[in-house]
Amino acid sequence: MATLSENKRAALLSILLLLAGLFVWEMSIPAQKAAGELTEYELLTGGGQPKAGVPPPSQVLAKAWEQLSDPFYDAGPNDKGIGIQIGYSIYRVLTGYLLAALIAIPLGFLIGMSSVAYKALNPFIQVLRPISPLAWMPLALFIIQDSEASAIFVIFICSIWPMLINTAFGVAAVREDWVNVARTHELGPIKTAFTVILPAAAPTIVTGMRISIGIAWLVIVAAEMLVGGTGIGYYVWNEWNNLDLTSVIFSILMIGVVGMLLDAAFGFLQRRVTYIE
Amino acid sequence: MNSFLSIEKLTQRFPDGAGGELTVFDDASFGVEKGEFVVILGHSGCGKSTIMNILAGLAEPTSGVVKMDGELVRGPSLDRGVVFQNYSLLPWLTTLKNVTFGVQARYPDWSKAKVIAHATEFLAMVGLEGDVIHRKPSQLSGGMRQRVSIARAFANHPKLLLLDEPFGALDALTRGTIQDELLKIWGQMEQTVFMITHDIDEAILLADRILLMTNGPFARVAESVEITIPRPRNRTEIIEHPNYYAIRNHLVQFLGKRSKELSGHPSTPGETNRPTPVRIDKTIPADDPEDQQPALRVVNS
Ligand SMILES: Nc1ncnc2c1ncn2[C@@H]1O[C@H](COP(=O)(O)OP(=O)(O)OP(=O)(O)O)[C@@H](O)[C@H]1O
Ligand SMILES: [Mg+2]
Repeated sequence: MATLSENKRAALLSILLLLAGLFVWEMSIPAQKAAGELTEYELLTGGGQPKAGVPPPSQVLAKAWEQLSDPFYDAGPNDKGIGIQIGYSIYRVLTGYLLAALIAIPLGFLIGMSSVAYKALNPFIQVLRPISPLAWMPLALFIIQDSEASAIFVIFICSIWPMLINTAFGVAAVREDWVNVARTHELGPIKTAFTVILPAAAPTIVTGMRISIGIAWLVIVAAEMLVGGTGIGYYVWNEWNNLDLTSVIFSILMIGVVGMLLDAAFGFLQRRVTYIE
Repeated sequence: MNSFLSIEKLTQRFPDGAGGELTVFDDASFGVEKGEFVVILGHSGCGKSTIMNILAGLAEPTSGVVKMDGELVRGPSLDRGVVFQNYSLLPWLTTLKNVTFGVQARYPDWSKAKVIAHATEFLAMVGLEGDVIHRKPSQLSGGMRQRVSIARAFANHPKLLLLDEPFGALDALTRGTIQDELLKIWGQMEQTVFMITHDIDEAILLADRILLMTNGPFARVAESVEITIPRPRNRTEIIEHPNYYAIRNHLVQFLGKRSKELSGHPSTPGETNRPTPVRIDKTIPADDPEDQQPALRVVNS
């Protein structure tokens, strides 16, 4: 053991913990009761159906294997592969998120550069920011009249704040010395923004973007449960209505995996733009 | 009046934080000739950096004007290269890119290859070659960073080079090496240099002329001391020159005593605020009273 590197030991421990967890889970699921032993109440609440109990991990793994071996099948509105559902969610998240970035980053620049703009916009930001993104849903549905666009709007509104605030903060905190370097080299405002302020503020901006994508992914599941139709959030809800808990657990895991990948992508970007002073 | 760089009746006041005003310097006037290496010496807080920022065009004086080549200085310009006290390299760029950044700004129509060749040449001039130039500033020593900053400024061929305590953070050994490099480059390029320092020996080694500032507030550029030691100068040999200790004593005297005595009064109207020229030369026989007079005044006092 002592000869293994720290990382290897950690990985080994992770695997052991996983196996132990799965084992405890598997063992703690009682065998299905025979139908004859069910009370009337259990029958009424669906306890008698074979899939109603919390499934053991072996069943979830089997489900995962089945789903992941054909992720993109499409057999009508209520039966699409997990890949298609996740694809819809990612599409909505990225659309709303990119629209937010398109507005938040330039606006954040403006706020960061001008204290008048900061003071003028700050009250709006302070009031709008704490509003739960889902609270916008009814208004969005009413005004936009389209569930798809409303979901995208909700993603837009929830991912705009961390990007806006971090961009403004990052830009305002750019060291005066660096701006003076740009000034003594007679760079114009646009050139200064792109060659000095943007790279100087990039670590802070990307941190904001990373927080935003995390929030957007949290919110999309809830939003899709509300608007329905497609997407991983709708899928979870739909499987719950089907009382297919195996699929519910599997899709919960998939939500975690996709969220982790999105975060990792921004983590990579963050390492690329980070500099040491 | 017709100097290459002329500073006329420069006044700088700041709010003092208690509702009043702090006059850093008042009506300061002096000139710098083309190709001259001028060093300004003065105690901490007397306003040297403030003057330099105004010369660079990074700050505006309360009143007064700065003219370079007969033109008013209204803002920063590529004609005035600045080596900031804290190097001010851009930490996300490599050493080479920090220099090409400046070269590109100066010569926007040069090809990429030409820009790189030019930057590499100037980095080599300050002794940075090979792999080093592809490292980020955070991976360089303090002395190396300082040299990058000097290379960036020189590569742009500014008409005037402004150096704010450029060697302040360096150890004596590195300081010596970079001083030699600076002198070498300056000798090759006939650049006009205006430099701030705290170090008397450094000032004597480098300068054609030393401007002495009294303490603030109401600081004045009181004297302009000519360094009558021929070039090329060498740190070990100049101390044997007959003028060296005479000049050094004069400077020490000024900073130790007279900078305090002369400080603290607003300028009297009509009084000229140009620095008194001082020439100390012991190599000339005493038959030239005009040259000897200021020296005698000082040395005997
Ligand atoms: N922006 C400012 N607001 C108020 N006071 C200032 C400002 N900048 C400088 N001062 C004051 O002006 C005076 C001169 O400052 P300056 O930085 O020019 O000194 P310095 O001669 O460069 O000193 P040092 O040798 O320590 O660098 C100081 O008393 C300082 O407090
Ligand atoms: Mg200073």
